[in-house]
Amino acid sequence: MTITLYINGNEKILDCQPGDMLTEVLRKAGYVEVKKGCDTANCGACTVLIEDKPILSCSYLAVRADGKRITTIQGVAEEAKEFARFLTAEGADQCGFCAPGFALTVLSMKRELRNPSEAEIRHYLSGNLCRCSGYEGQIRAIKKYLEAVHD
Amino acid sequence: MIDNNDPIKPMDSETLKATQKFNVVAHDIAKIDGEGLVLGRPAFADDLAPANALYVKLVRSPHAFARITSIDPSEALALPGVACVLTWKDCPRVPITRAGQGNPEPSPHDRFILDEYVRYVGDEVAVVAAEDEVTAEKAAMLVKVQYEVLQPILDFEKALDNPIIIHPEPEIHEMFPIGFEPKRNIAAAYNMEIGNVEQELANSPVYVETTVHTQAQQHVALESHTAFSYIDIHGRLVIVTSTQNPWHTRRLLALALQMPIRQIRIIKPRIGGGFGGKQHIHIEPYVAMVTMKTGRSARLALTRREVFEATFTRHEMRVKVRLGANSDGKLNAIDMQVLSNTGAYGEHALTVFMVAGSKTLPLYNKVNAVRFGGHVVYTNKVSAGAFRGYGAIQGLTGLESAMDELAHKIGIDPLELRRKNMIHEGETSDVFRIMGEGTEGVAMTIESCKLEECIARGKELIGWDPNRLVWDVAPGKVRAMGMAIAMQGSGLPLIDMGSARIEFQDGGFFKLHIGATDLGTGSDTILAQIAAEELGVDVENIIVYSSDTDNTPFDVGAYASSTTYVSGSAVIKAARSLKKKLIEAVAQKFEVDPAFVLFDNKTFKTLNGGKSLSLYDFSFDTLYHDGERMKTLEATESFTGAKSPPPYLAGFVEIELDKETGKVEVVHYVSVADVGTPINPRLATIQIEGAALQGIGLALYEDVRYSERGHMLSHNLLTYAIPSREDIGKITVELVDSYEPSGPFGAKSAGEIGIDAPPAAIGNAIRNAIGVRLTEYPFTPERVLMAIDRAKAEGAN
Repeated sequence: MTITLYINGNEKILDCQPGDMLTEVLRKAGYVEVKKGCDTANCGACTVLIEDKPILSCSYLAVRADGKRITTIQGVAEEAKEFARFLTAEGADQCGFCAPGFALTVLSMKRELRNPSEAEIRHYLSGNLCRCSGYEGQIRAIKKYLEAVHD
Repeated sequence: MIDNNDPIKPMDSETLKATQKFNVVAHDIAKIDGEGLVLGRPAFADDLAPANALYVKLVRSPHAFARITSIDPSEALALPGVACVLTWKDCPRVPITRAGQGNPEPSPHDRFILDEYVRYVGDEVAVVAAEDEVTAEKAAMLVKVQYEVLQPILDFEKALDNPIIIHPEPEIHEMFPIGFEPKRNIAAAYNMEIGNVEQELANSPVYVETTVHTQAQQHVALESHTAFSYIDIHGRLVIVTSTQNPWHTRRLLALALQMPIRQIRIIKPRIGGGFGGKQHIHIEPYVAMVTMKTGRSARLALTRREVFEATFTRHEMRVKVRLGANSDGKLNAIDMQVLSNTGAYGEHALTVFMVAGSKTLPLYNKVNAVRFGGHVVYTNKVSAGAFRGYGAIQGLTGLESAMDELAHKIGIDPLELRRKNMIHEGETSDVFRIMGEGTEGVAMTIESCKLEECIARGKELIGWDPNRLVWDVAPGKVRAMGMAIAMQGSGLPLIDMGSARIEFQDGGFFKLHIGATDLGTGSDTILAQIAAEELGVDVENIIVYSSDTDNTPFDVGAYASSTTYVSGSAVIKAARSLKKKLIEAVAQKFEVDPAFVLFDNKTFKTLNGGKSLSLYDFSFDTLYHDGERMKTLEATESFTGAKSPPPYLAGFVEIELDKETGKVEVVHYVSVADVGTPINPRLATIQIEGAALQGIGLALYEDVRYSERGHMLSHNLLTYAIPSREDIGKITVELVDSYEPSGPFGAKSAGEIGIDAPPAAIGNAIRNAIGVRLTEYPFTPERVLMAIDRAKAEGAN
């Protein structure tokens, strides 16, 4: 079967099987910035935005996304580059495997929450695991980033 | 010394701070690949696999111990799209080790790529390859395997001399004596004694004995083990794989597949975390077999469940420590006896076990006698392997728990007890000389050790008050503090070697080629900083390419806390050597002696200022303009440590313990470390921060649990919890001023040390909180509650 997705502003008609998860379909279509971390919707590496909401694509059936707008980190590249400056300044990018999904969640949080407290930031991002465990550095980066962009 | 002809003069750190001005190192430079990683540019093995590659799936054992009586692949092969099914009958009968270690490996060769026997649930039975992933999965399920199920050994306490023998096969062997006795289920064994421990213990007025049991732990690098392979234009086998050690992988694979080493090329792309978990060959043999059989490209990315069930864990250990001391706290003797569980195969069995002693016992170097010994046994659980901390974390947990018990017994501040006994600059320990990496060690005098400063600063940051190590905060809730000190190493001296090649390019920049493998640590960045510092250019003038057995010089890989110290020293040597060649070439152009040429601020000048030439212009001259004098200017140099200077660390923790529920929360964790000069302070700090959290995970949550029949129960991130960003309060990391004379710009290692202290520090804090010691890790609420009940029963509380 085929589905039509609007990925990063482009219409894409993609082949898929009824049981395929969105992560695999996107990766096969070349969107390898969507990472596969845990297979069980625990780690957040596969985060994409569906209709502007962060969703774990590893547990989202591709057919459900038919007709929807999908945003990967590449779809918000300029914003992501700006956040990357803050993240790398803290050395909190480390292995970077979780970074695209994590950064997308941060950008989504920025839109949803106004002046979040540290506890709110940690809670919003609690579904994005980082085994290099740069959590403290990431918090420092996020706070500085939010301060800079909200001015 | 970096270079015998041009030694870096030893200086104390105060002198150094005053005299040494670094331009690039000791600066926080953003990781050079950071933006690309955040943007998710194709970088990891699975991002780069060719679209037409066959998908590889593995048939795995459902039994903890069994003999395969038959395998029938006919139904699988009949499925459209299936390319091949390979079994143990398709593999050379050659025992190997999957441990990525030097040659000869200190791990027994006790494993076949595929075998007639399976020794844990998840052990590989057959390899299936198909045109797409779903077909490969279906085919794997259609392979009909008959097993003769055997009785397994699951409890490592029962393995030694058990009538069940896990490795009866005749072909397996050790590469050199490691105490390998498979008929007794012993993968490795070792004993050493300096002085007379029993006598010293008997004569000591104060005696304590503490046994802790540290559990297996999973690495959980977010990128699973991933590889793809193909045959290149020259007919050679190329494997792109998430490995920490490309050269060991190539060498071991050549043995396993019975191919010449020259026929194999290993490329390491970006690595999505390793922590020791990718210091082995797990997947490469299977993609290689498929490519060799079919001539097709083949890809394999393990599922998370496979990573849990069928890669390696940390070695589970029972560590018994006996201490003898005077009533003032002066230690007389240490006895450490260890039982280690290597699981089904003996990867890193001896070396992890030995590090439990070799990288802990020298901390207390003033004893009259010290002994270390024990066994590493086989069980029918998934193999244990390398994991950050590599035995030191287990050994220290035992040693530092016992030290706190001694402090309690004597009634002394645990911190003062350590200060009284610990190692200082200018001192040594016989343990360095006696215990090495599976062999004898290397004697060394400690030239940098700022443990005093680490302790003093940590004490300040946490607010340590020996008279107030436990206090009530709410009904049923107490807070408590604990601490521990730690050491690690910086590479394996005279065993592990790293190399670097630097080549001058048109445009005046430099190509740095290194075999060292950046697995997310930032080593590509810090090695570029080292090259830039030595060459006297900006870091932007260095482009880095790492880890390709065809295109970068040799390096053993990223493990044993070696990259900064070993590979970094190779980079300095190469940069120094190239700089000399640049100056000689320019001197020839200037028609002066090289001694009269200076290189400063990207410009060559004669001493009297008469002639000058920019680096940029010279790069075109040497490659395009200078006729017969034209040449590529490059230098390749290698380094192996004559010693392995330990980084040191003091870890402090404040916990909150709920006596009603048994829950322990980390309110504040403080690590203060001496890593020598931090080449990139921010990256060194975050290494230590991340390591602390992994250590806290081991102390409080992470546990590899099995059913009674040996099925892993904790095989996903739902059932195996790693710390999230909401799980702990605050982590503070600071580095103290230090300079290691033997290291590159004064650096030692930073990658592992941070993980060592948390389990002991947290155990010590709980001991202060409830009056009894928990000895079974992790400290789950159930265990804490049981200990509180025990304390009540014993009247200790």
